[in-house]
Amino acid sequence: MASLRCLLRSGKTAVRAVLRREFHGTPPAAVQVTVRDALNQAMDEELERDERVFLLGEEVAQYDGAYKVSRGLWKKYGDKRIIDTPITEMGFAGIAVGAAMAGLRPICEFMTFNFSMQAIDQVINSAAKTYYMSAGRQSVPIVFRGPNGASAGVAAQHSQCFAAWYGHCPGLKVVSPWSAEDARGLLKSAIRDDNPVVFLENELMYGVPFEMSEESQSKDFLIPIGKAKIERQGNHITVVSHSRMVSLCLDAAAVLAKEGIECEVINMRTIRPLDAEAIETSVMKTNHLITVEGGWPQFGVGGEILARIMEGPAFNYLDAPAVRVTGVDIPMPYAKILEDNSVPQIKDIIFSVKKTLNA
Amino acid sequence: MRKMLTIISNVLRGSASRNGAELVSEKCDLHKLEEGPPLQAVLTREEGLQYYRTMQTIRRMELKADQLYKQKIIRGFCHLYDGQEACAVGIETGINLSDHLITAYRAHGYTLTRGGTVREIMAELTGRRGGIAKGKGGSMHMYTKHFYGGNGIVGAQVPLGAGVALACKYLGNNEICVCLYGDGAANQGQIFETYNMASLWKLPCIFICENNKYGMGTSVERAAASTDYYKRGDFIPGLRLDGMDVLCVREATKFAAEHCRSGKGPILMELQTYRYHGHSMSDPGVSYRTREEIQEVRSKSDPISMLKDRMLSNNMASVEELKEIDVEVRKEIEDAAQFATTDPEPPLDDLCNHIFYNDPPMEVRGTNPWTKLKSVS
Repeated sequence: MASLRCLLRSGKTAVRAVLRREFHGTPPAAVQVTVRDALNQAMDEELERDERVFLLGEEVAQYDGAYKVSRGLWKKYGDKRIIDTPITEMGFAGIAVGAAMAGLRPICEFMTFNFSMQAIDQVINSAAKTYYMSAGRQSVPIVFRGPNGASAGVAAQHSQCFAAWYGHCPGLKVVSPWSAEDARGLLKSAIRDDNPVVFLENELMYGVPFEMSEESQSKDFLIPIGKAKIERQGNHITVVSHSRMVSLCLDAAAVLAKEGIECEVINMRTIRPLDAEAIETSVMKTNHLITVEGGWPQFGVGGEILARIMEGPAFNYLDAPAVRVTGVDIPMPYAKILEDNSVPQIKDIIFSVKKTLNA
Repeated sequence: MRKMLTIISNVLRGSASRNGAELVSEKCDLHKLEEGPPLQAVLTREEGLQYYRTMQTIRRMELKADQLYKQKIIRGFCHLYDGQEACAVGIETGINLSDHLITAYRAHGYTLTRGGTVREIMAELTGRRGGIAKGKGGSMHMYTKHFYGGNGIVGAQVPLGAGVALACKYLGNNEICVCLYGDGAANQGQIFETYNMASLWKLPCIFICENNKYGMGTSVERAAASTDYYKRGDFIPGLRLDGMDVLCVREATKFAAEHCRSGKGPILMELQTYRYHGHSMSDPGVSYRTREEIQEVRSKSDPISMLKDRMLSNNMASVEELKEIDVEVRKEIEDAAQFATTDPEPPLDDLCNHIFYNDPPMEVRGTNPWTKLKSVS
């Protein structure tokens, strides 16, 4: 019986393989892909597509990536295109920017964005501002990518969210994918973009599988930078979020739906340029707004969204003040109970929704 | 130096011709190198005249900038290069225009040698639309083909330069990158990070330290535990030479370029030079050094005078010829200054342009929510 099952299983695989070989036009079926694999595939495809693309960073080559995001790439592309760097962020970020200025298309990985602070001058002053300062003579087609924000138990120096810091600067595009589809489509867009893109991943999301549609598995599947996505439609309140917090918002929305409260969950996908229009359209429908982020409250992503709503057409449609759900305004503690209470939980989102709706 | 020239000219008078002369340079100090650049080089008449003209152009351009700054027509930061001309000119003659170069903020001379015109440099200083960066960059942010500025953050240009060199190696185009920094920047951590990676990956990068003895107002003795900047690359071979002698700089650069192009990896040059002006126009330059010191360099080691004397004593040019070049240069500078002071400022609708390359037009928030400005690539 077992051998029959094996035969059938392998037979199924064989048939699928045959189909794939003989009918090139048939797209692959929807599959489950982790965020990590989506990022890996995106980089693989872009490396293959354009000779000028290369990856550099700590442990990206022989270690297969500190978080295994670049697994297999060094074996496939070799030393020239997958480069292990010494632990010298300011130096290698600068080298990456210089390479971009001279015609290559580097992907510069920061092991976490906390370490990008050491190199932040190169990101801002050398990359972001150069096209403007040179009045269009010198472009910088570079991607800075890596995990951003809170992880699990890595404490204060390794848990900061940089969305607001980079989102502040003109000349940068700042992207924050949530799902595997986001990761794939946005990373491909970022690599093909001729401008500096800061690509904020999330370590806790790397292992999370998502269903990827057939369309999203195509080699030219791109998600436009600067456009948000409505992950869940609803009429009562707009919930805007990015990165891992989108998962929590959807979970909260599921709980709230049981009580008859329908949330419209918007996945920002891009921090800068911010898709204010998508948020405004939603708010004009639901009349209520909360933002949810993992980063600190002061001068953060939520603050910017609220300011824009105040200044824009959606203000008159608000039936209650818009509020922000954010990380607690403290350096990240280590102990689990403390860490858990330093970032928004599902119950915090539910609480804030109900307060806003006066429910 | 004068004495040496007399000796040389006595020796060579017999063999010197109007077409060229074989000249002797001073020996370079070497670090981890078996041999250095050749001690003798041929300077042809054409070369000599061209170097003279270019150095004089830089000199006069910088002095005009000084004038315009004092008249408040140039504003903000203005770091002048007069005194250091032999470095920019010597380096350029040792490489090709297809090679790459990056430097810090004392960049007007390099902008010229790398293909910029005096007009567009001066108009950039005065912030006009005819400026090399359309008035949007200013003194410290000028760019031309294969010239990556003009960089305001001390030391940041060094990793950038190594990155350009990485691209050269990656693309296999046999080009190199000359990466300049000052004695002040030489202590920056990111420079040592760059030495490490450039050496590890054998990047075709010539690191050049323009040691003008002062980082802003701090003398080298007060800033560096080791002032042997040519040795600070440690595992990177280095040479130290007289940066006031354009021929010396040229030969050393050729030597260094050959080293890089042959795949040996980076090399470091220290050019000993001097700036007549203070650090910038807001620095009179005499609180941390004496007027006597400045005067001594002017009279004994001025790069333009040195070249002039050399050419005259080797019968490579006449006093009248050189005077004629002076007159032409003066005219060019006057014309450029005229342009720079009369060209209009950039139009206001250029304010938000050039944020992104190859992007559709977008909206940029003005100073208030009702002001929406347009931005195109």
